[in-house]
Amino acid sequence: MKKQIITAVLYTVVTAVLLGVVYPLAITAAARLLFRDKADGQLITRNGEVVGSRLIGQPFTGAGYFHSRPSAAGTGYDAGASSGSNLGPSSKTLIDRVNASVATEQNGTAPVPVDLVTASGSGLDPDITPAAATYQVARVAKERNLSQQALQQLVQKNTTDRQFGLLGEPRVNVLQLNLALDAMH
Amino acid sequence: MSLNGWLQIALFIAAVLLLAKPMGTYMMRVFDRRGTWLDPLLLPCERLLYRVCGIHPEEEMAWTAYVVSMLVFSAASLLLTYLVQRLQHVLPLNPQHLAAVPADLAFNTAVSFTTNTNWQSYVPETTMSYLTQMLALVPHNFWSAAVGLALAIAFIRGIARREMSTLGNFWVDLTRGTLWVLLPISAVFALVLVSQGVVQNLKPYDTVKLVEAQKVTGADGKTTTVTTQTIAQGPVASQEAIKMLGTNGGGFFNANSAHPFENPTPLTNFLQMLSIFLIPAGLTVTLGQMVGSPRHGWAVLAAMVVLWFAGTFTSFWAESQVNPQLTHVDQHVSATQAGGNMEGKEVRFGIANSALFATVTTDASCGAVNAMHDSFTPLGGLVPLTNILLGEIVFGGVGSGMYGMLVFVIVAVFIAGLMVGRTPEYLGKKIEAYDVQMAMLYMLIFPLIILALAAVAVRLPAGLAGLANHGPHGLSEILYAYTSATGNNGSAFAGLSANTHWYNFSLGVAMFVGRFMMIVPMMAIAGNLAAKKITPASAGTFPVTTPLFTVLLTGVIVIVGALTFFPVLSLGPVLEHLLLRAGQLF
Repeated sequence: MKKQIITAVLYTVVTAVLLGVVYPLAITAAARLLFRDKADGQLITRNGEVVGSRLIGQPFTGAGYFHSRPSAAGTGYDAGASSGSNLGPSSKTLIDRVNASVATEQNGTAPVPVDLVTASGSGLDPDITPAAATYQVARVAKERNLSQQALQQLVQKNTTDRQFGLLGEPRVNVLQLNLALDAMH
Repeated sequence: MSLNGWLQIALFIAAVLLLAKPMGTYMMRVFDRRGTWLDPLLLPCERLLYRVCGIHPEEEMAWTAYVVSMLVFSAASLLLTYLVQRLQHVLPLNPQHLAAVPADLAFNTAVSFTTNTNWQSYVPETTMSYLTQMLALVPHNFWSAAVGLALAIAFIRGIARREMSTLGNFWVDLTRGTLWVLLPISAVFALVLVSQGVVQNLKPYDTVKLVEAQKVTGADGKTTTVTTQTIAQGPVASQEAIKMLGTNGGGFFNANSAHPFENPTPLTNFLQMLSIFLIPAGLTVTLGQMVGSPRHGWAVLAAMVVLWFAGTFTSFWAESQVNPQLTHVDQHVSATQAGGNMEGKEVRFGIANSALFATVTTDASCGAVNAMHDSFTPLGGLVPLTNILLGEIVFGGVGSGMYGMLVFVIVAVFIAGLMVGRTPEYLGKKIEAYDVQMAMLYMLIFPLIILALAAVAVRLPAGLAGLANHGPHGLSEILYAYTSATGNNGSAFAGLSANTHWYNFSLGVAMFVGRFMMIVPMMAIAGNLAAKKITPASAGTFPVTTPLFTVLLTGVIVIVGALTFFPVLSLGPVLEHLLLRAGQLF
């Protein structure tokens, strides 16, 4: 038994160094060498200032911007505390929250696309559906005095299709769309 | 349900089936100590490791010695994980200056990662330093998977060997599983993940300036203006790869594989799901080859595919449904949106990939999530819960799925024997009273722990304190927690605030018993089978290579699961479904 304990302790220590130090550091070094920007989180710079990451959503609530989805991460899009709402479909809290979002987002009589009034799993979803982006074109165009046609083109330009035409769902990155929108002026 | 969704699901299962044979053959060669193309690199490492640790690779172990070695190793590794968490505030690589992890949480986490559960009562971003993630958690992702793999191989040897008292050497199986199978695949997979955008760095969290400053109202009712966003970073890809491949499932971030830094693109999502099933599917081929009946391996795999499809179909269908309580919301599928129940789901994955991921992660004992199961529709959430309750034998966890399935195979063969009135045989081995007693013990420990602890929790104020949802959904949250812990899955109906003394302790016990107490009867069967003589097949032998066997095996799994858990499921998800249709909210 004593021999087995010594073996187990030695084995734990030696393999912990291999798997917990050598392996992650080797991957870190290789990642830095091969894909530095991606390994660092694809940060976006505007006028010399870091304004976000391509992968991490940001809150947008003003009428002149395309809105992101509701977020349950911290006070909203807290990328230091990712989280979903974890509310089930029969939760009164959830239904009240969605109704409040519908009241804010609704524009005319058409129903609001579902992703625009539901919180994502991470609370950091960088995307909205093309349906949700198109839905907001009229509001943003009015607020910014731009033609709806020009904005619809901007949405199309910022739409990412399914990967290889097959995987995932079509989507629009809200931060990149809004940065492009700001650049139009 | 969209056509594209079904195409993606078809592509996924085709990839799993195509890779099963090469993966299974490779693992058979690794554990039989035959040559592989990695030998020139790995054999010297293997020899060095044995010399340093005083391991004699030629020494064979009886089932008892095998289990004792496994338990001693698990205890040593558990202690290391506990200590690193408790000391992280004085150790390096802690750029956010996080404090030591509290004792009850450190205990829960150490048990969780040792048992391949990866239940997380904590928010990683604000609890675990980079060093803790790397040194305390990543090795456990390898170890617990390698232990499962070793045990499955030992069980298969028990079936394959005749009139022998030993099952192999635990340390050799552990080492070969780690060095030949888990580490090389993880290293390549990690770099592929980085190329798609999974982060891998050691820098402090970034602070960026928001494009549009936000006025937010806090819980205290005060309004403040938020102008910056803190972005958590870390060595994510190296952990992500083994988290999926080892069916561990413990996320680097709180949101797990829903977090864009863990799972940024549809391709990473596809590969993550594929890597969950890669080893478990391959093991069915390894089984067939090692026991000398490849068709038996395929028959077992067929039963797994049938049960996987049933779960995927139900979940995809349920999540595509509209929530009748939402008004003025467009929930229909179209060319420009996935529609359906999008609460808790990411736009890039939509409905099909979220439903498939939830099914796959609970068929196997992975527990990673790319959508929040707590926000699934009642019937959509019933699927992951049922998958774990069936014992995670549909592909199952690395190794643990295989040996769990083999216990069901023994029961299926036993029942077939009862039906024709002959002594049941399994691949030439007579199945006798002792084997069936141990198989029953294995099957009874599981519901006993889940139902007893859940029953206690719903009677305790401490058990009800952390619920995020009320009514039948609240019962589902508690039931899911104990099911996930006992089944060593690790996914959650995460609305339950489980970082309390009661839940940390009781879930820790559930994880511990669910792993180790079930391994003992399982290995007792393996030891007993290895010692048996081979009886030549006769006209009365029930063949285990036919579609009839697949049907019987599937039937036994479903009937045992349904008889045990239907009452409690009808009080949780089923009742919630009916009440939601009737317009009742909680």
